Amino acid sequence: MTDHKVENIAALIAERLGTALVSHVVDRGELTIVVRAEEILSVARCLRDDEQLEFSQLSDLSGIDYLSYGHADWQTQSATDSGFSRGVSDTEAVLAEDIPARFAVVYQLLSMQQNCRVRVKAYLNEEAPRIDSVVEVWPAADWYEREAFDLFGMLFNSHPDLRRILTDYGFIGHPFRKDFPLEGHVEVRYDLDKNRVIYQPVSIENRVLVPKVIREDTRIGKAAESTEPDA
Amino acid sequence: MPEIRNMTMNFGPQHPAAHGVLRLVLEMDGEVIERADPHIGLLHRGTEKLAEHKPFNQSIGYMDRLDYVSMMCNEHAYVLAIEKLLGIEPPQRAQYIRVMFDEITRILNHLMWLGAHGLDIGAMTVFLYCFREREDLMDCYEAVSGTRMHATYYRPGGVYRDLPAQMPQYASSKWHNDSEVGKLNTDRQGSLLDFIDAFVERFPGCVDEYETLLTDNRIWKQRTVDIGIVTPERAIALGFTGPMLRGSGVEWDLRKKQPYEIYSELDFDIPVGVNGDCYDRYLVRIEEMRQSARILRQCVDWLRDNPGPVMLDDHKLTPPRREEMKGDMESLIHHFKLFTEGYCVPAGEVYAAVEHPKGEFGIYLVSDGANKPYRLKARAAGFPHLAAMDEMVKGHMLADVVAMIGTMDIVFGEIDR
Repeated sequence: MTDHKVENIAALIAERLGTALVSHVVDRGELTIVVRAEEILSVARCLRDDEQLEFSQLSDLSGIDYLSYGHADWQTQSATDSGFSRGVSDTEAVLAEDIPARFAVVYQLLSMQQNCRVRVKAYLNEEAPRIDSVVEVWPAADWYEREAFDLFGMLFNSHPDLRRILTDYGFIGHPFRKDFPLEGHVEVRYDLDKNRVIYQPVSIENRVLVPKVIREDTRIGKAAESTEPDA
Repeated sequence: MPEIRNMTMNFGPQHPAAHGVLRLVLEMDGEVIERADPHIGLLHRGTEKLAEHKPFNQSIGYMDRLDYVSMMCNEHAYVLAIEKLLGIEPPQRAQYIRVMFDEITRILNHLMWLGAHGLDIGAMTVFLYCFREREDLMDCYEAVSGTRMHATYYRPGGVYRDLPAQMPQYASSKWHNDSEVGKLNTDRQGSLLDFIDAFVERFPGCVDEYETLLTDNRIWKQRTVDIGIVTPERAIALGFTGPMLRGSGVEWDLRKKQPYEIYSELDFDIPVGVNGDCYDRYLVRIEEMRQSARILRQCVDWLRDNPGPVMLDDHKLTPPRREEMKGDMESLIHHFKLFTEGYCVPAGEVYAAVEHPKGEFGIYLVSDGANKPYRLKARAAGFPHLAAMDEMVKGHMLADVVAMIGTMDIVFGEIDR
């Protein structure tokens, strides 16, 4: 998809959506639009039904938890003065200032008629991560919304059957939230005395083998540019 | 008069036709299905969450294990997403190698599908035929990566190593004597490309063999024709992709419509169905195997004529050669940094999709500038297909459920992630 075409689609969407659109950005040839969560249903209908857009397929729907976005285990900015600290400390993650809300629902839409994709994002705040379901617009959203509910605890208004989908029967918590530990809370094993499988608190501990670091590395890709690959 | 109630039946998770761990709760009226409720997640391993806790390169191997019958295609989407974030492009030879192995993977997947689908609805022989050819293709995997399935061969910036100049050969043992081994080794005298060349030569004949077993087979047709019809509009709305969509007559293939790597330079056709039933989807997949062989031939010819690098020469991203490390301090540092911390990827978000054998396999990758992904979401091709199970089986007989699972080409590794 050429940038020119993406810009055209972006302008068209901006015109059609009006105030429901919060912002749009074209990055790496991909269009991302942020819309107001309350108006997701009208936005979805507009994107699907408009004759010049026709986003007839919902490729994917996913949740994101922005809780620890931009939060690294090691500080690397002042490293040359003070040296690295070796231990990984578990500091409280605070939501970065430029993120409007903790959760977001991301819709990847595909228009076969226009042969283009758009990513629609709606931010949901932490207290009530609630948004209207788009199942009536794209039936494919059914399971995707169940998955987002299961893994992130987002609620989809008027979803026909909002049950857990991927986690175990009777699972507690929403495992893909950033404050849910990687090793989980419970483990299962077969108990010989009771003759059945039982749940118990986890006995394993997650060791961070590679700490998360954030570096402003501008050198990547530069070497490749200077030496042209001979094809 | 006794009260007549619908019967609720449990299908799976331990059922050979459930293709892994599918639990289906079926509400039956006699032998007709009123409602199907698939319970998934029995193979959920939290791949996406695990990937958030590892440097980018360490998750490539996890991608193999998503759809574990089309390993390299999964890697491809993940590697493409990283490359898009980094803004790099691999050398052309690497792109050809990737496309070649994508198509090998497509044949591998379709052979597995054909064998299993045939077995599910009562054709035994075709399974054995399919596995005969799968064996050769797995040897190709082994020749380049050292493993027969979970290859971890694609890397951001290219592929791990160039194609081997010598195809590994069988050695005789007390179970296989010299003449047997000699027969196995006839195609293995030259390089990997020679081996693939010989395979491509032979393969269309093999596909003809499968077709003589099935295409005009009366039983096969009774089990598949007019079963599970999906209209084109409905298929798009339900999020169908790949052969499931093309079987309904929608001409949509990412290799043609949104070409990645060097697909735009290759000559191949996209088969589409007419009726959108199980039989048409079968025909589409059979033809796709023939087209894949066509692509393989073009890749082999190009790769023979064009030697060159298969990995970017940027050691901020790709490891330096072993020999260089022994004498060069900088290479040693690069190696150390890459294998301990990994590389940091600029902040941003991308969605990279490939035409996976089962449909569109996409990776949505969000980076906050760290050496690990901030969020990774795999768009599994089979997920929306299985979600449409209820709609597709309603009104069909119990035995058709098995045909439906087969036609969807369900693999739980990718659906449960």
